[in-house]
Amino acid sequence: MRILALDSSGLVASVAVAETDGKEEQLIAEYTVNYKKTHSQTLLPMLDEVAKMTELDMESVDAIAVAAGPGSFTGLRIGSATAKGLGLALNKPLIAVPTLEGLAYNLCGTQAVVCPVMDARRGQVYTGIYEFQGNELITLEGQMAIAIEELGQRLLKYDRRIVFLGDGVPVFREILTDQLLAGKDISFAPCNMNRQRAASVAALGIRYYRDGKFESAAEHEPDYLRVSQAERERRERRRQLQDEASY
Amino acid sequence: MMEDQKDVLILAIESSCDETAAAVVKNGRTVLSNVISSQIALHTLYGGVVPEIASRKHIEKINQVIEAALSEAEVTLSDVDAIGVTYGPGLVGALLVGVAEAKAIAYAAKKPLIGVHHIEGHIAANFIEHSELKPPFLSLVVSGGHTHLVRVKDYGKFDIIGRTRDDAAGEAFDKVARAIGLGYPGGPKIDKVSREGNPEAIVFPRAHVEDAPYDFSFSGVKSAVLNYINGCRMKGEEYSQADIAASFQKAVTDVLVSNAMHAVSEFKVDKFAIAGGVASNSALRQAMRSACEKRGVRLYYPSPVYCTDNAAMIGVAAYYEYIAGTRHGWDLNAVPNLKLGERYE
Repeated sequence: MRILALDSSGLVASVAVAETDGKEEQLIAEYTVNYKKTHSQTLLPMLDEVAKMTELDMESVDAIAVAAGPGSFTGLRIGSATAKGLGLALNKPLIAVPTLEGLAYNLCGTQAVVCPVMDARRGQVYTGIYEFQGNELITLEGQMAIAIEELGQRLLKYDRRIVFLGDGVPVFREILTDQLLAGKDISFAPCNMNRQRAASVAALGIRYYRDGKFESAAEHEPDYLRVSQAERERRERRRQLQDEASY
Repeated sequence: MMEDQKDVLILAIESSCDETAAAVVKNGRTVLSNVISSQIALHTLYGGVVPEIASRKHIEKINQVIEAALSEAEVTLSDVDAIGVTYGPGLVGALLVGVAEAKAIAYAAKKPLIGVHHIEGHIAANFIEHSELKPPFLSLVVSGGHTHLVRVKDYGKFDIIGRTRDDAAGEAFDKVARAIGLGYPGGPKIDKVSREGNPEAIVFPRAHVEDAPYDFSFSGVKSAVLNYINGCRMKGEEYSQADIAASFQKAVTDVLVSNAMHAVSEFKVDKFAIAGGVASNSALRQAMRSACEKRGVRLYYPSPVYCTDNAAMIGVAAYYEYIAGTRHGWDLNAVPNLKLGERYE
């Protein structure tokens, strides 16, 4: 089984190819750039480079795994549209890997509680709470958009070390260390594993594919975890009108 | 087309605003399929196009639309010679869906990629039903986002000789339609209700831009309509929706036609093509027809389905770019403010 994986959900653009014969797994290539956010210009040239370097025949790919959200709305759509176009042309299925699961899988094997945090603006984080049983990712709390204070509350009950990673760390490190989780055993992942990596999306993709968790390229769409601003405001207006009407 | 030449098939994708569209076009003139998934009903809830919602809809529908275009044309991807895609101007998030999708398809199917200018597509829409139309000619591109007077010197070679200084003509239609309670989209609604109104009932200003005989300005006429409505309300007078619509429409078309005819005399052309969503406005067509007849100029305009955003027109433009040797790289980006005639290689 050969999986092509893409992640353009955040500032990082990442492309990887991984394969398995059912027993041994190996990463054939990974190209990860955390430089400037021009994914629309970089993602496909990165794939082209990976394919050339590894003499990859695109037809030999069994499925395309993509970090499917949450993340930057535009970044997610660049990844998804790229995956959908590849899937359409190659007639191959897509594997939607939740962005935060992909991030958490960077720390596969740890005994600690794993908490990826992405800066979601408006005082919120995209986050989830995970642990590992061997190589298996266990979801303690599925991915969500919540205030950092609420995340702190939800983490208080764990007596083990908690490891944080993701682009939310530079934004929220102080408030987590000094206020919300002061006195708890917490740490922050190092640079080789603290941002999105398509290798992790590919590794999870292998597991998803094996479990039959894939979809057609046509039906795939990102999971934004948030409605658009216009929709949110429209709902708020309607709620206000209903409230006023009920007085 | 010489008989020993092979047919050229273009798969075209368009997602610059609120229509997700794909088409297959043969030899730049024959439309084998033209599939459009419109979001108008959704955006009507918000009184106009919401960029984030448009982008979300595009990604939801794009594969189905492309697959339908291929199957209606009874071709497969391997029969296609190149992939054409709109890369600007338009809403950046919306454009990016089509661009990323087209690049991935072209890459995986090993086909050349051709980025197309959206306005070039609108002008090219005239080639679909008028096999005799060839450059050079003059064109007026009028839509919700654009108002351009263009000299088409050759296929893919343009000079913009006039443009709007503020609102696009279609944008003014939308704003006036909202003000008089007709709703979105304004163009077709004003066109319809105007048939019941008197275009001479109210005199709205015809703006001409000083020292720029081909430029347009529509914010003045829009404000005049809003002031007129406010004046009526203050005085407690009733106003006629139909008369306002008809008089406003007349003011806009008068300026469009007068600038267009000025250009016709200056550049001495005998062919004129209108394009874009507002090109299906019946008053504009009527006024252009009689003005062109008077001057012995042949007028062209596309059927309504090729006036509003569609991918067939992108396929036509892509064909002429393909013949001219235009090829884009895998780093092709969406360019929301792409200028006509500008080239990003």
